[in-house]
Amino acid sequence: MSFDQWILALHVLSAFAYVAGIILFWVLIAAVWKADTPDATIRLEPVVKVGNAAVGIGAGGTIVLGVWLAFSFGGYNIWDGWIIAAIVLWVISLALGQRTGVAYTQGMTKAQELQSAGQAGPSAELLAVNRTSRGLVLHFLSSVVVLLILIDMIWKPGA
Amino acid sequence: MSVLAAIRPDSWNFPLFLHVLGAMILVGGLLTAASALAFARGEAKLLRLGYWSLLGVALPGWVLMRIGAGWIYSKEGWDDLPAGVDDPGWLVTGIVIGDAGAPILLVSLIVGGVGVYRLRQGKGSGLLKATLALSLVLLAAYVVAVWAMAGKPS
Repeated sequence: MSFDQWILALHVLSAFAYVAGIILFWVLIAAVWKADTPDATIRLEPVVKVGNAAVGIGAGGTIVLGVWLAFSFGGYNIWDGWIIAAIVLWVISLALGQRTGVAYTQGMTKAQELQSAGQAGPSAELLAVNRTSRGLVLHFLSSVVVLLILIDMIWKPGA
Repeated sequence: MSVLAAIRPDSWNFPLFLHVLGAMILVGGLLTAASALAFARGEAKLLRLGYWSLLGVALPGWVLMRIGAGWIYSKEGWDDLPAGVDDPGWLVTGIVIGDAGAPILLVSLIVGGVGVYRLRQGKGSGLLKATLALSLVLLAAYVVAVWAMAGKPS
C-alpha cells in the first residue's frame, strides 16, 4: 500500500468521522427535544463531547489530507473546479456547524445555571432553549452542505 | 487509482453514492449508540437512546450500504469475472466485514431489545452492556472495512 493510498484511506475515514459526528448530533437534537429538566440535558454532555471530537477530527482530516491528495495525485489539481467547490462547501459547513454548536450550547448552559440554582424540576424556559429552531435549521443546512460535498467527491464534476 | 477514479463511468456514481452514504449512516449510528450506552451509567433514558440509535439509524444505514454494495458490485462487473480470477483483497475484506456485521448487528439489536424491555420492568441493564460491546466491535470492524475499501491495499 503506497503512501498516497494511506492518505486516501485516512481522508475517507476522516469523512466518515465528520458525517458520523453530524448524525450523532441529529440523534442528540431529537433527544434534547423532550429534555425539560437540567439533569436530562446535562447527562447528554459526554455524548456531545464524542460528537465534537468526531466532527473535529473529521473536518481537520478531510481538509488537510484532501489538500495533500490534490497536490500529490497526478490526475488532480487543487484548482480543479470540483476540488475548489469541495473546499468552499467545507468552509461553509464548518461555519454552519460552529453556529449550530453555539445555538445548542445555550441549552446546556441554561441547564447548568438551573442546576446550580438548585432547580431540578421541569423548566419551560429550558425546554424552549433546547428546542432552538435556529439550531435545528443550522444543523439541517450544515448536513445538506456535507451531503453536497459527498456528491461532489463522488461525481467529481468537470474532472 | 486516481486515473481509475477519474474515468469511472457516470452510471456507477449513484450506486456508489448510496453505498457510501449508507456506510456513513451505519458508522454514525454505531458511534452514537456506543457513546450513549457507554456514558449512560445505568441511566434508562440514555440507554434507550443508545438502543434506538442502533435500531433507527445503524440498521437502516446497513440496509442502504448493502443495497448500494450489491448494485455497485454488479455495475463494476465483479460478478462477471472470468473463471480463475478472484475478487481483489480489499473487496473481499469489505464484503466479509460488511456481511458478517449483519448477524452481529441483529444479535446486538435482539439482546438490546430484551435489555430495554427488562429496563422497563425495573431490572438491570446488563444486556445493554452486551449491546455496547457488540456495537464497539462492529464500529472497529467497519473502520477496518472503510480503510480497506478506500485505500485498496491489494
